[in-house]
Amino acid sequence: MPVRSVLEAIRDALREEMADDERVFILGEDVEEGGVFRATDGLLEKFGAERVMDTPLAESSIIGVAIGASLNGLLPVAEIQFADFILPAVNQLISEAAKLRYRSAGDFTCPMTVRSPYGGGIRGGLYHSQCVEALFAHVPGLKIVCPSTPYDYKGLLKAAIRDPDPVLFFEHKKTYHLLRGEVPDRDFTVPIGKAEVRRRGDDLTVFSYGLAAHYTMEAAERLSGEGIQATVVDLRTIQPLDRATIIDEAKATGKILIVHEDNLTGGVGAEIAATIAQAAFEYLDAPIMRLAGPDVPAVPYAQALEDWYMLNTDKIADAMRRLAAY
Amino acid sequence: MATARESARRSTKQGAEPHVGIPNDQLLKMYRDMVLTRRVTDRMIALQRQGRVAFFISGQGQEATQVGVTHAIKRGTDWVFPYYRDQGVCIALGMTARELMLDLFGKAEGPCSHGRQMPSHFGHAALRMVSGSSPVATQTLHAVGCALAAKLRGLPEVCITSLGEGSTGQGDFHEAMNFAGVHKLPVIFIVENNGYAISQPQSKEMAVKDVADRAAGYGFRGSVVDGNDIMAVYQTTRWAVEEARRGHGPSLVECKTYRIVPHSSSDDDRRYRTRKEVEEWVKRDPIDRFQKYLLGAGILSEETDEQMRAGIEEEVTDAVRYAEQAADPDPAEALKHVYAHQPTGFP
Repeated sequence: MPVRSVLEAIRDALREEMADDERVFILGEDVEEGGVFRATDGLLEKFGAERVMDTPLAESSIIGVAIGASLNGLLPVAEIQFADFILPAVNQLISEAAKLRYRSAGDFTCPMTVRSPYGGGIRGGLYHSQCVEALFAHVPGLKIVCPSTPYDYKGLLKAAIRDPDPVLFFEHKKTYHLLRGEVPDRDFTVPIGKAEVRRRGDDLTVFSYGLAAHYTMEAAERLSGEGIQATVVDLRTIQPLDRATIIDEAKATGKILIVHEDNLTGGVGAEIAATIAQAAFEYLDAPIMRLAGPDVPAVPYAQALEDWYMLNTDKIADAMRRLAAY
Repeated sequence: MATARESARRSTKQGAEPHVGIPNDQLLKMYRDMVLTRRVTDRMIALQRQGRVAFFISGQGQEATQVGVTHAIKRGTDWVFPYYRDQGVCIALGMTARELMLDLFGKAEGPCSHGRQMPSHFGHAALRMVSGSSPVATQTLHAVGCALAAKLRGLPEVCITSLGEGSTGQGDFHEAMNFAGVHKLPVIFIVENNGYAISQPQSKEMAVKDVADRAAGYGFRGSVVDGNDIMAVYQTTRWAVEEARRGHGPSLVECKTYRIVPHSSSDDDRRYRTRKEVEEWVKRDPIDRFQKYLLGAGILSEETDEQMRAGIEEEVTDAVRYAEQAADPDPAEALKHVYAHQPTGFP
């Protein structure tokens, strides 16, 4: 099976979906020349300027125009160059895209995908590093996907493009070239709303997603050598959460760690912790533990500060050891 | 490219026989749509005052603009992205008095939102009128995106979006104009300039006299018309629609008009404008004006007018009776339509 980086998997998914369905088109800043991360490289040459379209540098218009195009028979894939820059478009996402189906009782719908690189670790400073998934996870009507493996990136992006509802597809930019894995050349999808159990162990369960899920797997392998066996669940979808898997896997070990790069307060971990506390309280053998980004406004720039902010395998392994010893 | 002033001259120059080329039955339909809009909204005001509905908002006084614009498009083919005062757009587009009353009462059968939104958040899938929200000017971007899709798909569709002059301060409006200009899209921005954004006069909303001047900054045509002159509104919009359909890009049409009622049922307009000012505009009522015009041109007779108005009274009374008795939305349905398929596993 071919080996692909995350970025290549994304590009493959875009190219295949555009080839299979002429309704799919891309709009965003600098997408014609391939985009700042090269995710759309080569697509203009293959599909033409009507399907790979540069937009004015105005994010609300990118999302608003995508909504309008989706109303008239197209399947837009909008690129927001950095997730930090999605904030000018929040009104279009929350007031419009998330509510269009509900406010018309299904008479109007908005099948569009918004791709955006998020997360730190590339010296992006405050405004090229943020995780924004928790901001949108409070909004019914949106779907939010944060994959970690190249296989899931391809399968979930295809699923997002085919989904009848608006999907925010967040791509951890540090993983674009860092992570490689086997990805079939053939067409396949990964279902939105399904978590994946990456490994099984009896001592504790760790829930994570994105880059943090990759580090968590490394930490779990390291701890396995120390005699601590962890179950690792990659959430993959943030909205709607796979509550059934979360509850089942929490019950299985009774010791729960939730790991995400996004800052702690009001983060995705809080919802997972509350879900487990409500549905699996009797199964718990330790307080639910969260390891998350510190509650500062964003990731600071200097290397020492960025390292302080970011998760890594060591930090996660330490938290897992503490929980296992409880 | 025509400047705002040239376009304004064009629309007034046609003054002598502005209805030439419009069949009499369409002129009469335009007139009927205006009267029906006024009588439906009159009744809505009464219903709110009687405590039978919670809220009401309209654009009484703006009927010439709303009906004139809507008659200039190809209904059922072209797309409409209205704003909350556009009862006249709804009626001219083909919504019935019953449908508007169902929306007012928040009933399940109401076509705009099936009881989910406040009244006047218009939408009607069969009529290609797209559901809107309350934050203003967001719909202008949807119109632009819809027009982009029409262009990419090679469909001969034009998108119309309307908003008040106050809403033109929003970033979305400027982003929409810019995008439409860059891609030369078949979209028309209708600015219903009634002089006030709730209580704030135009002078506090912008430093220019005409919103239409903005269009030049985005590379397309802007026109100013007397929004209380339905023939001027119709002719100017018609021209803009034809230009758009020929692939000549967007236009902005600013219709200078006046809202002769408060902003909404929660507003007291005596706090911010004089009665004298309102009365002056009532004297320039667009419906009276068109009535006089049609009578003078021999297109309408006193007798036909009376018959028509009697028919409208019956229609409105029937609509209220029907809507008030219609079924309320079922709370058991309120979880539906969050997504195409409701996710499972919620606690």
